[in-house]
This record gives sequence, structure tokens and C-alpha cells, in this order.
Amino acid sequence: MAVSVKNSELIYKSLKKCGVKIVSALPETWLVHLIRFSEEDPDMQLVRLAKEEEGVGISAGAHFAGLKSAMLMQNHGFLASVNGIVSLAQLYRIPLLMIISYRGEMGETDPWQTEGGLRTESTLKALDIPYDIIDSSESVEKKINKAAVLSESSERPVALLITRDLMVE
Amino acid sequence: MKRIDALKRIYKLLDSKLIITNMGAVAAELYSLGHKKNFFYLEHSMGLASSVGLGIALSKPDINVIVLDGDGSVLMNLGTFSTIARYNPKNLTHIIFDNESLLSVGGFPTATSTGTNLKNIALSSGIKFAYETKDIDEFESLFKKNINIDNASVIVSKVEAKGPEKFTMDLGLIENKIEFKRHINSLKEN
Repeated sequence: MAVSVKNSELIYKSLKKCGVKIVSALPETWLVHLIRFSEEDPDMQLVRLAKEEEGVGISAGAHFAGLKSAMLMQNHGFLASVNGIVSLAQLYRIPLLMIISYRGEMGETDPWQTEGGLRTESTLKALDIPYDIIDSSESVEKKINKAAVLSESSERPVALLITRDLMVE
Repeated sequence: MKRIDALKRIYKLLDSKLIITNMGAVAAELYSLGHKKNFFYLEHSMGLASSVGLGIALSKPDINVIVLDGDGSVLMNLGTFSTIARYNPKNLTHIIFDNESLLSVGGFPTATSTGTNLKNIALSSGIKFAYETKDIDEFESLFKKNINIDNASVIVSKVEAKGPEKFTMDLGLIENKIEFKRHINSLKEN
């Protein structure tokens, strides 16, 4: 298994095109290249977190300061961020562009990812978070752009689930 | 030391800065001294006031950001010290009013009443400048000194577990956010 550099680059370039200046992240296997690109880019502020929920605060601060941000996390990180998403981002109408690696879906080999995978979409639905699934390179730029536009115009969290088919070669 | 008295000591020094408070007594007491458009009261998501402060501090490196927090909130997000220490923004000062109590919900004792030391946690997390004081004069001088140093800092102010008479504020949450954001956007970059 290798994480796709090409598709990671495509995602990163799409985030840059949307004007993202701050990325918060917690390392996850599928996100390694995205985090590396963020770190190596002098025009990007990477914020490495201890826990994903902090990223909601970072994005809120960036929004107050007029900067666009994105969050890179695994779906378990999304599950760990729920209170911050509800009682900060949704309560105060903060745009969040959440790029979530969709572990535990079809083809998952790690047993420990499977329960989170099962609950990811139902949790997004329960929280009224608009989301889309990106499973091929052709739709990356368009879907990221549309999600960024909606999160800014609605001032709400929006999620993109990036899948095994997209991230793993 | 009472928190309200400590707030009175620094109130006039807050004008050119961006202030983020946690919910409950800190927000209500700062508000009671007179609301200003550079104040943002995070009326939920306990623990994230310092993360919001870090987000602003990294986005606006030339503007001083002051987080006014409480022990109960900080205990919910101890990882914030590690994240702040990693980026060490010189424009961020994290003040924690530690009354060893979850005062707003009835005064239940927090872990700082049974030995947890937030100053030591901050230092061990990599924050270079962290202090604890019970004395109001020392609090004022620590505040004045640390807002101008080239590092992030933490000041734990041990205060009495006494809160405001009322917690209500005549300010909508979204109203507060829009006003605060508009204020930041009106500030000129250095």
C-alpha cells in the first residue's frame, strides 16, 4: 500500500486555489503527503494539533482574522471534534472546510477503523453537515471548490470524505 | 484575589488588543466592566478559547491576543499548551483564572483543588514563560511584562471561587462574532 502522491498533490493544489492559508492537522496515514506539502509551503501555516477539536478553534480564529482555513483529519478525528463543531462552528456560524480521510469503508483492512467508518456518514447527517465523497481524481478540484464556496457562503461546517480509491495506490 | 478585581487592573490595558474569554464568570465579569468591540466571549465549547486565540495570533502576528480562561475549561483541553508551545506565537498571552471550581454550574471542585498545577503543566508542555500568582499586584505586573515578550506566555491567577451576581449579557452570540470579526478586519496591518 502506498499513499497517492499525485492525488494528494491534486487535493493540496485545489485547497490553494480556494485561497486556504491555514491548515490544521493531526497525522493520519492517508494525510502524510498533504501535511508535508503544507509544512514545506512558505505561504501556508500548518498547525499540528494534539487533538482534532482544537482545529475548530484554530479555524474560528482564522475566520475572525479574515483567513480561509482547512482541517485535515481522519474520520475518528471528526468524531472527536463533534462538540467543537456544534458548540463553536455551528453555534457561531464559522465556516469549516473539513477534509476527512474515510477510514473503515469498503476495503478496510484495519479492524480498529471499522466502527468509525460505519458511523461517519450517519454522524455527518445527524449534525446537518453537508458532505460529499471524493473517490476519483477527476472530481477533486471541483468538489473541493464547491465545498469551500458553500462553507463560506453558509458560514457552516462542510465535509469532504476522501476515500481509499482516491488515496491508496 | 477576586477575579473581578484582577480584571479591573488590566481592563484599561486591553484596548489595542484582541480579547477572547471562555464562558461563564470570566465572560460575565469582563462584560460587566463595559463591553468593547475587541472582546469575544466564547459562550460554549469549553477548552477552545485558547485554540481560537492561537488561530487569531497566527493569522494576525502583529496584534496582541489575550485569552482570559478558567481552570475548568483548560482542564478540558490540556493539549492546547502543547500546540501553543510548538508555535510559540509571541503575541499570545493565556491568562487562566483558577478558582479550583466549576463555579458557574454550582461550584464543583476541579482537579486544581486536588493537586493539578496548570502552571507546571504549561511549563512541561513546552511553554517557556508560565507563572502562577495569588497576589493582585504581581498579577498586574506579570500581565504588563508578558504581553510584550517575544514568546507565548501563561499566567495562572489563583482567585476566589466567587462569581458575578448575574451571568446574563445583553449581547447576541452572532452579534458578538460579527462585531469582533469586523473590528479585526478594520485594524491596519503593521
